[in-house]
Amino acid sequence: MDFTKFMNKFNEIERTLSPTSSLRLTFDNISPESEEPDANKRLWGVPVPPFVSDKVVSWIEEEFNEPPIYYNGNAVIRKVENVRMIDRYNAKNPTVGTLYLTATHLIFVEPDSNKETWILHMHIANIEKLPLSTTGSPLLIRCKTFLSVTFVIPKDSECHDVYTSLMKLYQPVSINKLYCFNYQPAKDDFPKSSGWDFFKLENEFRRLRVPNDIWTLCTLNMNYELCDTYPRQIYVPQEANTAMLIGSSRFRSKGRLPALTYLHSNKASICRCSQPLSGFSARCLEDEQMLEAIRKTNPNTDYMYVVDTRPRINAMANRAAGKGYENEAFYENIKFHFLGIENIHVQRTSLQKLIEACEQKTPTMSGFLNSLESSGWLKNIRSILDTSSFIASAVDKGVSVVVHCSDGWDRTAQVCSLAALMLDPYYRTIKGFQALIEKDWLAFGHKFSERCGHVQTDQREVSPIFTQFLDCTWQLMTQRSDAFEFNERFLLILHDHVHSCQFGTFVGNCEKDRLDLKLSERTFSLWGFMANHLNEYINPLYKPDVDKTIKPNLQPQCIKFWRGMFSRFESGVHPREPLSDLLLVSKDHCTSLEDHVQHLTKRIASFKNYISKSAKKLQDATAKTYKEPASEINDNKYNYDRKMSELSSADDDHPLKPTEMSFANLSLNERIDSASIKEEINSVAVDWKSMRNVTACSCSTPFDQFSKKTHCWKCGDIFCERCIDKSIPLPGQDSGKPVPVCRTCFRLVQKTSP
Amino acid sequence: MEFADLIKTPKLDGVFLHDHLHAKVEGTLCITGHHLLLSARQENSQELWLLHKNIDCVEKKPYTVQNMVMGGIITLKCKDLRIISLEIKYAKEYYNVAASLEALSSLHNPELEYPFFYRPMYTILEDGFTMFRPELEFAKLISGAACNQLNGNENSVGVTNNTTGSCEWRITTVNKDFSVCPTYGTVLIVPKSVTDEQIVQSAAFRDGGRFPVLSYRHENGATLMRSAQPLPIQGIKRCRADEAILNVVLGRSKKGFIVDTWGKGKSNTETDQHYSQWKKVNRAIGNISTPSAILDSYAKLIEACNDTTCSADKWLSRLEASGWLSLVLNSLNAACVVAQCLDQEGSPVLVHGSKGLDSTLIVTSLVQIILNPDCRTARGLQALIEREWIQAGHPFASRHRYACYTPAQNRPKNSGATFVLFLDCIYQLYTQFPCSFEFSMHLLILLYEHSYFSQYGTFLCDSERERHELGVQTRTTSLWSYLNRPDVLKNMLNPLYEPNPSVIWPSVAPISLELWSELYLRWTIEQKNSSKMLQQIQELVTQEKELRAKAIRLRKQASDLSNEMDDLLIAE
Repeated sequence: MDFTKFMNKFNEIERTLSPTSSLRLTFDNISPESEEPDANKRLWGVPVPPFVSDKVVSWIEEEFNEPPIYYNGNAVIRKVENVRMIDRYNAKNPTVGTLYLTATHLIFVEPDSNKETWILHMHIANIEKLPLSTTGSPLLIRCKTFLSVTFVIPKDSECHDVYTSLMKLYQPVSINKLYCFNYQPAKDDFPKSSGWDFFKLENEFRRLRVPNDIWTLCTLNMNYELCDTYPRQIYVPQEANTAMLIGSSRFRSKGRLPALTYLHSNKASICRCSQPLSGFSARCLEDEQMLEAIRKTNPNTDYMYVVDTRPRINAMANRAAGKGYENEAFYENIKFHFLGIENIHVQRTSLQKLIEACEQKTPTMSGFLNSLESSGWLKNIRSILDTSSFIASAVDKGVSVVVHCSDGWDRTAQVCSLAALMLDPYYRTIKGFQALIEKDWLAFGHKFSERCGHVQTDQREVSPIFTQFLDCTWQLMTQRSDAFEFNERFLLILHDHVHSCQFGTFVGNCEKDRLDLKLSERTFSLWGFMANHLNEYINPLYKPDVDKTIKPNLQPQCIKFWRGMFSRFESGVHPREPLSDLLLVSKDHCTSLEDHVQHLTKRIASFKNYISKSAKKLQDATAKTYKEPASEINDNKYNYDRKMSELSSADDDHPLKPTEMSFANLSLNERIDSASIKEEINSVAVDWKSMRNVTACSCSTPFDQFSKKTHCWKCGDIFCERCIDKSIPLPGQDSGKPVPVCRTCFRLVQKTSP
Repeated sequence: MEFADLIKTPKLDGVFLHDHLHAKVEGTLCITGHHLLLSARQENSQELWLLHKNIDCVEKKPYTVQNMVMGGIITLKCKDLRIISLEIKYAKEYYNVAASLEALSSLHNPELEYPFFYRPMYTILEDGFTMFRPELEFAKLISGAACNQLNGNENSVGVTNNTTGSCEWRITTVNKDFSVCPTYGTVLIVPKSVTDEQIVQSAAFRDGGRFPVLSYRHENGATLMRSAQPLPIQGIKRCRADEAILNVVLGRSKKGFIVDTWGKGKSNTETDQHYSQWKKVNRAIGNISTPSAILDSYAKLIEACNDTTCSADKWLSRLEASGWLSLVLNSLNAACVVAQCLDQEGSPVLVHGSKGLDSTLIVTSLVQIILNPDCRTARGLQALIEREWIQAGHPFASRHRYACYTPAQNRPKNSGATFVLFLDCIYQLYTQFPCSFEFSMHLLILLYEHSYFSQYGTFLCDSERERHELGVQTRTTSLWSYLNRPDVLKNMLNPLYEPNPSVIWPSVAPISLELWSELYLRWTIEQKNSSKMLQQIQELVTQEKELRAKAIRLRKQASDLSNEMDDLLIAE
């Protein structure tokens, strides 16, 4: 049997049919026909994704000699029926369905409710086989997206099979086997190159007016000789000479010398670096000069802050290892501050405890609050915000700050980016936030591969540093609902894709890694993907012209637990009428109506123009027999419009213009008959269906609180993401912008306006 | 007694005013019979206008120089949770002001309270005291059934009950002189076949004479009753009249539920053998046994809220230790259980705690908000509060005489914060269903404030009887008269309201609860964001509505014009 043909057929069916969950779209399957040079690696004639090791292939071949099964176009490695899925709030009545294991996903299908749960292997954080129960073998899967499900599989042997195959699949050993190297978008949404050049570092610095007469581009790192975890372009004070730069770099852990990351409009700046290798007494003249040079870039004050984000005790301990912190006695004009953010290990444990707090079996109020408190998560979030706020207010007051922690890629990245977020309204836009991540996290290096556990790694290297950055951003968002252009969904998508490795954006640990891996050629960019979904990320309450800097409330009462992130998949616990979704719908509806009103206004003007013209001409031609209707003259607006029309038709006596009065001629550009205006009117929905009590899309896919519900701009009905994948300009709207319409409406519009 | 005797220093210049959120202001202090005023006599500056009854406790801190008092700071801790400090520079005035405020804020004679002196500057359109007359309210309640009539002559409300065939209710005036039950109103709804004698017997059996009365009737015919616990008197084992009332309510239903909101061992309950068809359910709103325990918890909460300098961990453990959110969670939980019995099982439910004045009322009123869309409107909420709290005899005067700042040892046993707990529960429902409520959070905060101190008579006294004796209805103005004025009410409305006819089932997971920071933190941490957000939402919604109207208008105009054009063409 020709399997490629077979697969093609399946893909076809999938394209036409296949309304499924929203995850389905986001984490689309690997195309089975993806070009795979290794022709030998085929399983039942189907090319095997390269990150599936030969061992797995041979193991699968040994285990199964029956023909392969497909689910939604995905080759299924394992199919288990009569599996019960238990989520925490549904423990009493679990749902029974079929579990499919594919090369990239674990899919649970509930035949009764048409509901599907897709779990991307890359998202799995850990898998646990729980003790055998009377009903079967439970398999607990915890995800990096904070989804936690238990599948009870009737036969223990089957459970073991699923377990072992998942263990092999969920965390590749090599970075080259990550999902992004195989991922193909379902439709030709956007080209592979899209997004990779959206945020060039030099553009971002140019926006900050760097280089200028004080700050200059340092060319010493063009081949990563100075510091291989830094970007090629680093900006340093004009005054810093090569000797200072090299000296300072050698005196700093991992060579991460002080470099500019943010320049405020008042010339105060934020520079970042790693800890100095000072030990108990070592000093480095070049490094001292370097910091002095940074201080001098800011004429406002005669001092600057050096912020060590670590607790004092940690910094002291580092001195024993020959590292440590700047001695105020050696560095002139600096004010040194410890700010007490705990290290990655504390943060990791904190998150684990937080997850436990969310996973309590029978939670009581005090039980939850107690475990929330003992997790220390909110305390840690607060200390990050506190430090960032300290830096932001120093810079706002005109004092420059140099920030470091140990290696300067975890806490430093967090606080530098958050301080910039508080200082510069640009970073609070969608584009700006992406640029900020690109600068402070991607360019200056953050160990995404280890911290997010992309590949098999020492568990002690995993830590939710980026998640905390998003959490802090969310805290700021909840305190200032009008200051951010983006919404919670935007942060969640970012969080999920940082872990999914579906896009190459967050693969690798620094700029050099990404170049070496040729990610921009081999993988898609998350920014390209997000650019196509921008309308979903809009905060409807955003007011761009609010205050420049924002000051967060840091009282412990103001630091909230982020339910929308950590309890995201517990559908029962969220507000039943989510405000942000409703407001976003209102905003879209307004846009649609505005456009429609614009169109109607123009139409009416042109009608009046036309009527007045024809009336005038009629009057001229048949002055004795035809009278203008009196009612029209009374209309002031009409009179006004007529004047306008006379002006616009000043070329009436142009020789080329047909002098003969002819409606037929006019109709070419102006005439709209009543039928077509009706059509135009009908092409825009004045009323949109209420979001309330919408439980399923017309395709019977059930809606839950995180599935995206989209209104068709033509009929006003609500559809799931799969059913409303088309956009087309509506004849009743002025801008001619393609807008979302359902499939039925798409066909209707296409028919009438070819 | 004259107020003038208490006011020793009616006017004082050079007083400094501090509070948490604003800069220090210097101004002139005036003390009148009911108010404390502080005016800086400057444009745009803060002006204080405080009802004495708002003062919960007065704390004095004298300045001494060489053992001589040189004035001092008077800290006023208010029932609306605000804390204000007055700095006075002279010893005599300092003592005078402190003494006056202490005396004026703790007057015990209700007839001296501000509502008896306040005269509204506007004409009253609707008198709030007669707006929610029990006869009318209960008629509305009953009218959910297919066949109904309010027959004024016979004082009966005829109802065909879907599940039990025919069950009728009537209005009884057995309590018209408050002799049967001093805390009930004069007009009560009881099953029609129950005689007044039986009621009197049942009242003797129940604590405080609070016999079972109708609280709510669900659209499926299931009824919610409330009462007090059976009296814990030795010897009295049963009361046939009481059993008869419940049996009539039961009708043809196989079983009913008796929900105890105070918890096992803390209240008395009906015996199984005599109420065999009634299943007892324990849904305590907390591990507490007196209403004042609710206030203790509330006081701890506010103390934690006001300490903004504590560490993040400390805050969470203090929040937990206050137990307030547990009370909220348990109250919602109990209400959901009752609502489920009514809505899903269609069974009658009797709710009681001990005296049926606190936890009982929280549960019965929350049930109605969950089940009945009417109660989620501004007017419906007023009616609910009038029916289930004011007429049902919740002792507002005793419970709210002292609030959370008065030290526990100075508070009488009958203090409480039950109504605050109820408002917090509504707030939780509101956050989970932000589009199902016609009113905005402002209304809840307004109710909170007026329940403690007010120029209106609505929340005065402990019971209908006391209000009757004082002539509250004729001598004061009702809060509802003020609230329902269109220009007042329009500021209390929720821009996102979309009437929701269905039952709203809240989440009672601990994760779903939120601290009501707009109330508890409003004087310590600026709550600008939430009011700004509300305003922006309002703008967006208004814009949407206007655009829609405009689009429709233009559409009509366009199609008219196009028709006209067609006519022109034909004419041609």
